[in-house]
Amino acid sequence: MKKSFSVSTWLLPAVSGLIFIGLWYSVRVVSGLQSWILPTPGEIMAAAVHEHTRLLAAAGHTALGALGGFLLAAILGFFTSLLLGLSKSLRASLYPWLLMLQMTPVIVLTPIIMLWAGPGMPGIITITWLISYFPIVANLTQGLLSTDMNHVALFRMCNANRWQEVLLLRVPAALPYYLAGLRIAATLAPIGAIFGEYMVGNASGGTGGLGFLVYSYNTQIKIPALFATALTSCLLGFVFVAAVAWLNWALLHKWHDSFERADH
Amino acid sequence: METVPPIVKFTSLQKRYGVGPVILDAINLTVAPHDFISFIGPSGCGKSTILKLVSGLSPGSTGELTVMGVKPREARDRQAFIFQDATLLPWLTAQLNVELPLRLRGRPEAERQTIARKMLELVGLAKVADYYPRQLSGGMKMRVSIARALTLAPQLLLLDEPFGALDEMTRNRLNEELLAVRAVAPFTALFVTHSVSEAVFLSNRIVVMAANPGSLHAEVAIDFPYPRRPELRGHPDFQAKVNEVTRLLHEVEIPPSS
Repeated sequence: MKKSFSVSTWLLPAVSGLIFIGLWYSVRVVSGLQSWILPTPGEIMAAAVHEHTRLLAAAGHTALGALGGFLLAAILGFFTSLLLGLSKSLRASLYPWLLMLQMTPVIVLTPIIMLWAGPGMPGIITITWLISYFPIVANLTQGLLSTDMNHVALFRMCNANRWQEVLLLRVPAALPYYLAGLRIAATLAPIGAIFGEYMVGNASGGTGGLGFLVYSYNTQIKIPALFATALTSCLLGFVFVAAVAWLNWALLHKWHDSFERADH
Repeated sequence: METVPPIVKFTSLQKRYGVGPVILDAINLTVAPHDFISFIGPSGCGKSTILKLVSGLSPGSTGELTVMGVKPREARDRQAFIFQDATLLPWLTAQLNVELPLRLRGRPEAERQTIARKMLELVGLAKVADYYPRQLSGGMKMRVSIARALTLAPQLLLLDEPFGALDEMTRNRLNEELLAVRAVAPFTALFVTHSVSEAVFLSNRIVVMAANPGSLHAEVAIDFPYPRRPELRGHPDFQAKVNEVTRLLHEVEIPPSS
């Protein structure tokens, strides 16, 4: 049982990855494309090593913007959902506008954000917040509305006040929903930050984020370095998702049905 | 006996939702202290609604209902509700679930822990105090639910088919345990069930209800003395009572003029 588990989780992706890299090399050889159009994985790794100081600094910069926007979305999303989940009239009055904000493509809002928040970190954080806010609100609001009616009756029978009902019942019951929202937001936050850097970022003090590097490498036609930037962005995304997956595990594994029952 | 005030008193109570059909009609019932009354009847006869009225979770429409001399909601401090499923909060351990009613009333932590520990011991679950609900069997969950209901030493316990989802062996054992617990921490009980033998084993009074609209059809007194032993179930008198209640149930289950 355990063996087949590790075979399917490690060996199979490794084999398919190797096949993919092999195909990549053969396409390059057969097609005769040049390095600046289709660099080989080896050339990309070489570029990554060569550019590693710039890539790491840029990744740190992007991580900061992504984290800022993500935390802002997590905090504002929590309180927005409380308002929406606990008051029917607030929900009716605010939800359509939130939906409208979500439906407006961020790319259209970017010049406005740049005008208001200015270029650099404030603008990047705003864009990241915008892109990761809605999934959190949608999920947590749903969670706050899904409280078991028998649990509510139990609290009423104990003469619980409104605050006790919210803090000791509705919020903990909605926690899995909140974490599901955070997980989606974690995949979006680095994308939002990189997009923001590409659109409104600048290299203040010689450091820009990964989005700025994309712009910079592209204009210099450093294509292997561009691929290396893509790889770095991907790794950054994994770090974000892994952090939320860990949080999810830490908060839920003891009691929630989404984790395997502990044996005794 | 005349001077003892009733725990619950229904006077010509009627319940309907708005202008919808009448759910309960002409309910007259007086519950004396230490009564263990089971309500039994076809589905839709409003037996669960009776408990909701007494707990104040649902208001009556016309007529009068007093619980320990006051309006149902005002008597909440002295009553507890045990639901069909155990309704434990899954993110709390058994111990913390039992502590919940005390926590909601702002009792100090040390007192909460002592009382909850004692209640878990009473239902024989002290060893699993730190388990989460998903680690407990259905019967254990229901025991935790009973322990939780008893933390505030309620005078009146409302039980809405608490053992309906359990297998018969577990149900029988929990019936015996419920009576044992009641001998230690006395309470008056209103108990809704579908099982005739459970009702006969537990109660001193059984109310058979009819549907459309929900009303009290007949009452059967069960005079076996407490404490009741499991062997009682094999006694011919026990079987006679089961037969009597079953016959009354057949009367109300025949569909009227169709």
